Amino acid sequence: MELDVFHLFLWEPLALEGTPFAINRVVILMFVAAFLTLAFFLIGAAKASSKPKGIGLLAETGYLFVRNNIAIDVIGPEGARFAPYLATIFFFIFFSNLLEIIPGISFPVTSRMALPAVLAIATWIVYNFVGIKNHGLSYFKDTLFPPGVPWPIYIILTPIELFSVFIIRPLTLAIRLFANMLAGHVLVVVFILFTESLIFSGIGTPLGILTFLVTMLLLIFEFMVIVIQAYIFTTLSAFYIAEALEGHGDHEGSEAGGSAHHDHANPNPQHVTELSAA
Amino acid sequence: MINLAQEAATGLTDEGLIAIGKGLVYGLAAIGAAIGIGNVFSNAIQAMARQPETAGTTRTTMFLGFALIEALALIGFVLTFIL
Repeated sequence: MELDVFHLFLWEPLALEGTPFAINRVVILMFVAAFLTLAFFLIGAAKASSKPKGIGLLAETGYLFVRNNIAIDVIGPEGARFAPYLATIFFFIFFSNLLEIIPGISFPVTSRMALPAVLAIATWIVYNFVGIKNHGLSYFKDTLFPPGVPWPIYIILTPIELFSVFIIRPLTLAIRLFANMLAGHVLVVVFILFTESLIFSGIGTPLGILTFLVTMLLLIFEFMVIVIQAYIFTTLSAFYIAEALEGHGDHEGSEAGGSAHHDHANPNPQHVTELSAA
Repeated sequence: MINLAQEAATGLTDEGLIAIGKGLVYGLAAIGAAIGIGNVFSNAIQAMARQPETAGTTRTTMFLGFALIEALALIGFVLTFIL
């Protein structure tokens, strides 16, 4: 039992063995994903024009989607400042995940804990930095002791808030991406192995064709999971940044801020449709 | 000695119990998350059907709730590998 799991999780180092910079297949694929992200936007930027075509159009639409539908919708008008960070995260995760369904590679880099963990830590640093920059030390005070609560509640509330905001958030952010991609990867690999052994063993070739069709359907399903996971990671990052910006439980501010938020939220869909129409 | 006697009597081994535990961990973790995700999506569909003009906001919130709940089931999935 242990051995199976071990083989599933470990790749032999290919170069620089024994140093902390050992390179195995995962590291190479990670660079491939980073290169794809870089190339996508560099080519997109080079082809920028008033009538973008091909990759230029794709890059522009993708960036506008993250900017309008994630950054501005979740954070509010000042969210446009965070759009570059969110777009980088979105497309890097998207291309890392996309390697899962590319034949011949079939390996999502995000199904190793290291990559989601680093991305989650980056988001953790960003939202705490934003909170401290905008509210100073009262960021911690408002987070740990939300105002407007009778004081005995703090005995329960403060440990929960401390645990959930500073530990659980980055942890679940990383585990969600990691476990989704790992589950998808294992599922696809199991069905590919089924297909292989059924078709080439000579017994049950019809069954092998059936599992082959199921594998194809699974790849389509996995493409959906890939996009949704990139979207969820980015949306949650934006959500955490928005909470740090607003201040956790600014009591008087929250009513005014809440109604102001609604006023801002209303023009947004029009803004989006304007942009997409143009 | 007691372990051996138990094994002989019931056929239960540590490995077998661990395998049962793994199955139970993921199965039980999935129950709550399944109910929660079902609630999230059914209510989001209702909200979108009643007020199609706010569908964008509803969809964002729906995915947020879905992701937060899903994390619990996935922690169960990861635990099966750790066990």
